[in-house]
Amino acid sequence: MGTVRVINVSERRRVLTFWERIYLPEVWRGLVLTARHFFVNLWRHTLRLFGVKSALPGAATYQYPEVRRPQSPRLRTLHRLAKRPDGTPRCVACMMCETVCPAFCIKIVAEEVDDPNIEKRPKSFDIDIGRCVFCGFCVEACPEDAIRMDTGITEIGALSREGMVLNIDTLLSLPPKSERGDKPVDFLQQQLVQ
Amino acid sequence: MSAGMEIGAAVGKTIFIVMFALSLGGLLTWVERKQSAVMQDRIGANRASILGFRVWGLFHIIADAVKMFTKEDFVPDTPHKFIHALAPVLSIFFALLSFAVIPFGSSIVIAGQSIGLQVADVNVGILFIFAMMSVAVYGVVLAGWSSNNNYSLLGGVRATAQMISYEITFGLTLVGVIMIFQTLSLQEIVRAQGGLLFGFLPMWGVFLQPLGFLLFMTAAIAETKRIPFDIPEGESEIIGFFLEYSSMKFGMFMFADFIEQILVASMVTTFFFGGWQVPYLGDGGFVFPWGSTIDMNTWLVESLRVISFVLKVSFFCWLQMLIRWTLPRFRFDQLMNLGWKILLPLSLANALVTAIIVLWIGR
Ligand code: SF4
Ligand code: SF4
Repeated sequence: MGTVRVINVSERRRVLTFWERIYLPEVWRGLVLTARHFFVNLWRHTLRLFGVKSALPGAATYQYPEVRRPQSPRLRTLHRLAKRPDGTPRCVACMMCETVCPAFCIKIVAEEVDDPNIEKRPKSFDIDIGRCVFCGFCVEACPEDAIRMDTGITEIGALSREGMVLNIDTLLSLPPKSERGDKPVDFLQQQLVQ
Repeated sequence: MSAGMEIGAAVGKTIFIVMFALSLGGLLTWVERKQSAVMQDRIGANRASILGFRVWGLFHIIADAVKMFTKEDFVPDTPHKFIHALAPVLSIFFALLSFAVIPFGSSIVIAGQSIGLQVADVNVGILFIFAMMSVAVYGVVLAGWSSNNNYSLLGGVRATAQMISYEITFGLTLVGVIMIFQTLSLQEIVRAQGGLLFGFLPMWGVFLQPLGFLLFMTAAIAETKRIPFDIPEGESEIIGFFLEYSSMKFGMFMFADFIEQILVASMVTTFFFGGWQVPYLGDGGFVFPWGSTIDMNTWLVESLRVISFVLKVSFFCWLQMLIRWTLPRFRFDQLMNLGWKILLPLSLANALVTAIIVLWIGR
C-alpha cells in the first residue's frame, strides 16, 4: 500500500506574483488569447466560405440535426429485443432484467410455450424509457443476450408519459445500428409521438 | 442661415445619429452571439432563415425582435405599475439622448451654408453626457424598486452603488483631457486632436493620456453594466434589477445596454482616438509628414471622416465584446476595491500630473 497523499485546499492556493496581482498584464494575455481564437477561426471560416476545402474547420462543433457525432460502438442507446433465426424473440422471460433494473422500468408478463427447450416467453415486455437511466444493467444481466442497447437511437421523445413506454412489438422491430447504418429511424413518429 | 434649412439640417443629423445608434445596436445583438461563438470555436446562431437564406444568422435580429414583441408582457403585482413601465424607457432614452453631442464629422457646406456634423454643438458637451449617463441610473434604480421584489431591489441597489463609484473615476479621468484641450465642447476636442506630436504622431488623446485612457475604458465598461462588471444584472446567479421584466420591456433594458456600449465606444473614440479625424487628413486632403500630399475635394474628405468615425466606433464595440467574453465577473468587494482604492487614486494622480505638465509647458 502506497501512502495516500492528502492535499489541503488551502495548500493549493498559489500566491500570485506581483504582475498577476496587477491584473492588467493578465487581462492583456486573456484578450490576446481570445482574440487569437477569434481571428484564426474567422480566417478558417472565410477560407471555407470561398471553397478552400483543405482549410481546417473554424468550429469544433457539429451542425447537429444535419451532421451527427460519430458514436462509440460501446455507447448505450435505445434498447431492442433480439430475435432467433426463426423470428421469435430470444427472450425467455426469466425476469433477470426486470429484477436488476435500478429504475424499475421493465415490466414483463410471461407465458408458457410448448417448445420444451424454451418453456417461457414474454407475453408482453414494456420498457418505460421515461424512467430508464441507461445504466445497461439489463443487458449485462440477460442470460440469453436477448435485450441489447445497440440501436444507436439517442433522440427519444414523446408527447405523453404513456408514449414513452415501448411495447414488445416496437422493441422487436428496432434494427441494430450495424444494420441500420446511418439511415434515420422513423419509428419516433409512429410509436413515441402518440 | 435660413430657419427652414436649419431645421432641415437638424432633423437630418438627428435621423442619421439615431439610425446609426439603433441599427448598430441591433447589429450588436447579432455580433454578441456570433463573436462569442467564433471566439469559443463555435458557430453561433445560424438557424433563422428566410426562403432558405440564412446569411450567417443575420435574420436572428428580426427573429429576436418578433419574439420580444409577441411574448407575454408580464407585469408583477406592484403598486407602481406606471414607474415599472417607465423605467426601461428612461434607460434607453437617456442613453440615446447622449448621442446628441457626439460629433461624427467636421462640417459640410450645402448651398453656401456650413453645417456642423453634430446634432447639438453645446459648449458643455462633456457635462451634458455626464448628466445623461447619471440620469440613466434612475432607469435601473426605478426598475429595481418598482418591481416590488426583493431581488430586483437588491439588484437596483447594487447598480446604484456601482455606478456612483465608477462615475467619479469616469469624470476625473476626463479632467486630464479637458485640461489638455482646454475646452468642454466635444467638437473642439476632436478638432484639437488633428495636430501632430513630434511631427508624425497624430495628437490623439490616447498618446497624451495613456493612463487616462485605461482608467476611462475601465470605468466606462463598468458604466455599461456588462461583464466583468455585471454585478447589477448577474443574470446567471445573483439575479438583477430586471427580474420582473418580460417581453419588450426586458428587451429595452438589453437594448439600452447595447446602446450604452455604442455610446462608450463613441466617447472613447471622441476623447482618446481623434473622433472623426483620419491621421494626416486635413481639410484639403492628405498631408503626410514626409512631405507628399494628396488633394481631395471636401465631400470626399468629409465622407472619409464619417467613415473613420464609424469604423473606430465599430472597433471599440468589438473590443468591448472581446473583453466581455474574456474576463470573469468581479466579486462585489473586488469591484468596490477596484473603484475606490485603485481607480480613484490613480485618476486623481493622473489629473494632478497632467495639471503640472500642462502648467509647465504653458509657462
Ligand atoms: S438500462 Fe438500466 S434503467 Fe434502463 S431498462 Fe436497463 S436496467 Fe433498467
Ligand atoms: S434478462 Fe433477457 S431473457 Fe431474461 S427477461 Fe430480460 S430480456 Fe428476457
